[in-house]
Amino acid sequence: MTNNAVLTIRDLNQYFEQGTINETHALQGINLTVTDGEFVTIIGGNGAGKSTLLNSIAGTLPIDAGQVILAGRDITYDDVTARARWIARVFQDPKMGTAQRLSVAENMALAAKRGEHHSLFRIGTPHAARPRFQEALKRLNLGLEDRLDTEIGLLSGGQRQAITLLMATLQKPKLLLLDEHTAALDPKTSATVLHLTNQLVQEEDLTTLMITHNMQDAIKYGNRLLMLDHGKIVVDVAGEQKQHLTVPDLLELFNKASQEEMTDDELLLARDE
Amino acid sequence: MDILLSSISQGLIWSIMAIGVYLTFRILDIADMTAEGAFPLGAAFAASLIANHANPWLATLVGMLGGMAAGLVSGLLYTRLRIPALLTGILTLTGLYSINLRIMGKANIALLNQTTVFSAFARFSNTTQVIIVGALLVAVIMILLVLFFNTEMGLAARAVGDNPDMSAANGVHVANMQIVIYMLSNGLIALAGALMAQSNGYADISMGVGTIVIALAAIIIGEVLVRNLTFGKRLLTIIIGAIIYRLIIALVLWLGVDPNDLRLFYAGLLTVLLALPWVRNRVKTSTRRRLNRQHIATLNAQDNGEEKEHADNDK
Repeated sequence: MTNNAVLTIRDLNQYFEQGTINETHALQGINLTVTDGEFVTIIGGNGAGKSTLLNSIAGTLPIDAGQVILAGRDITYDDVTARARWIARVFQDPKMGTAQRLSVAENMALAAKRGEHHSLFRIGTPHAARPRFQEALKRLNLGLEDRLDTEIGLLSGGQRQAITLLMATLQKPKLLLLDEHTAALDPKTSATVLHLTNQLVQEEDLTTLMITHNMQDAIKYGNRLLMLDHGKIVVDVAGEQKQHLTVPDLLELFNKASQEEMTDDELLLARDE
Repeated sequence: MDILLSSISQGLIWSIMAIGVYLTFRILDIADMTAEGAFPLGAAFAASLIANHANPWLATLVGMLGGMAAGLVSGLLYTRLRIPALLTGILTLTGLYSINLRIMGKANIALLNQTTVFSAFARFSNTTQVIIVGALLVAVIMILLVLFFNTEMGLAARAVGDNPDMSAANGVHVANMQIVIYMLSNGLIALAGALMAQSNGYADISMGVGTIVIALAAIIIGEVLVRNLTFGKRLLTIIIGAIIYRLIIALVLWLGVDPNDLRLFYAGLLTVLLALPWVRNRVKTSTRRRLNRQHIATLNAQDNGEEKEHADNDK
């Protein structure tokens, strides 16, 4: 383990409906260290614990057992608001990441102040910030730089998701969490947003965790890949090995690690093209 | 003319309440029943202080602060104890009934010949006094609210109303913002109560009953007049909505409706207003269907014509 760890997770356990017959042990002793600049893709079937893991890191789910350390700070018992200072997040549903009735500029102004005090004595959307927002929007190549005052709810899902990504980087986070953020988009828009994600992560050198349903994407993007199954990390590849990975390799790794055959159905779902 | 002026004067005071209700109703998406306790609370503070010869402006301010305290209680119940919003309002409203009685010491305080905030303009008629003071206060409130909602905190508060999850993920203290809105809302409502007591010349323990219905009606009339407006312009339409509402009431009374039946009328009118989107939708659907039936009839006629042609050709 290097000492430039951004995120350290120690023996993280999460239970749903604990004490009932429906009890699920959703995360079963996750240990994970993510170092500065790593772009980690996370795959796994339904119920593998991917979202539970991300929600535990973001603070949406209170932690049942274990410890989460971010940039040397124990954040195990911090809530979402407190963690927002260091963590930025893009949700699966484009509606989730923005405030619909606020304008593009207002949404961006809010994100630019992520984790800071919201003063009663400063203008919420200062005029001086507009050129910066326009500049940032120009990078998206979606023609949004002229629509700063448009209510964001009137934009398409893809446009909103692209803006949410941009918003996440206005105030550079220690950690960027992407929870299947292209799953609700059509294939073409999804590819565009993924491309943009990669570009932003590279340019801003962001430490990132990205959940995806798509094995190809998980292989294509990032420099480390995790596969979750039944609440455990069963595959963890990085560097050279990750670069030369193929989908059949990945399935073989999975089968070896979990000692159970992945069914065709799961394969089909996972490939989802 | 008299009716118009008195409707404007009453409408201005009601519009302050309606703006207060608007904050919780449209920004937080909560119909906050605290309003019906905060309104007489403001009246109770103002009336009992004025009856004891306090400065009427100070008395009005105390009434407003009382309303903010009531909003704080509801806000805490809602955000910290996670009690559903409707019950929160009912709990505070019920508790306030006893508190209002304590403040007033009796069920009714008359303010005859007392110095009120309207007395500064005593050389004008009663109605004109209320219009002058009401218009001034409404203008100040509008400017302050527009300024507030354009600050960083105001922006955060609007975002919380829109999308609490996103707001939290951006580091906004969601519960605190909700409490701020609750307090602003009920402060304005109590201010309206304090002014109403001074304008009517009395405070009464039951003067809050049905007030949220009046405020909501004013808001919705404003929204029906013009849809999709920015915040500042929306406040203007609420003021106009409140005045129109008072005119409707004046008309109903002039038609000879028993004042005792008024609350039934309030409820009926608000029901109609709330049902308007549904009615609009129905009209749209039935128009579209009628046009489509004509379209299908034309298609049928064409098909029949072609069939006939074929039959003729076959012959």
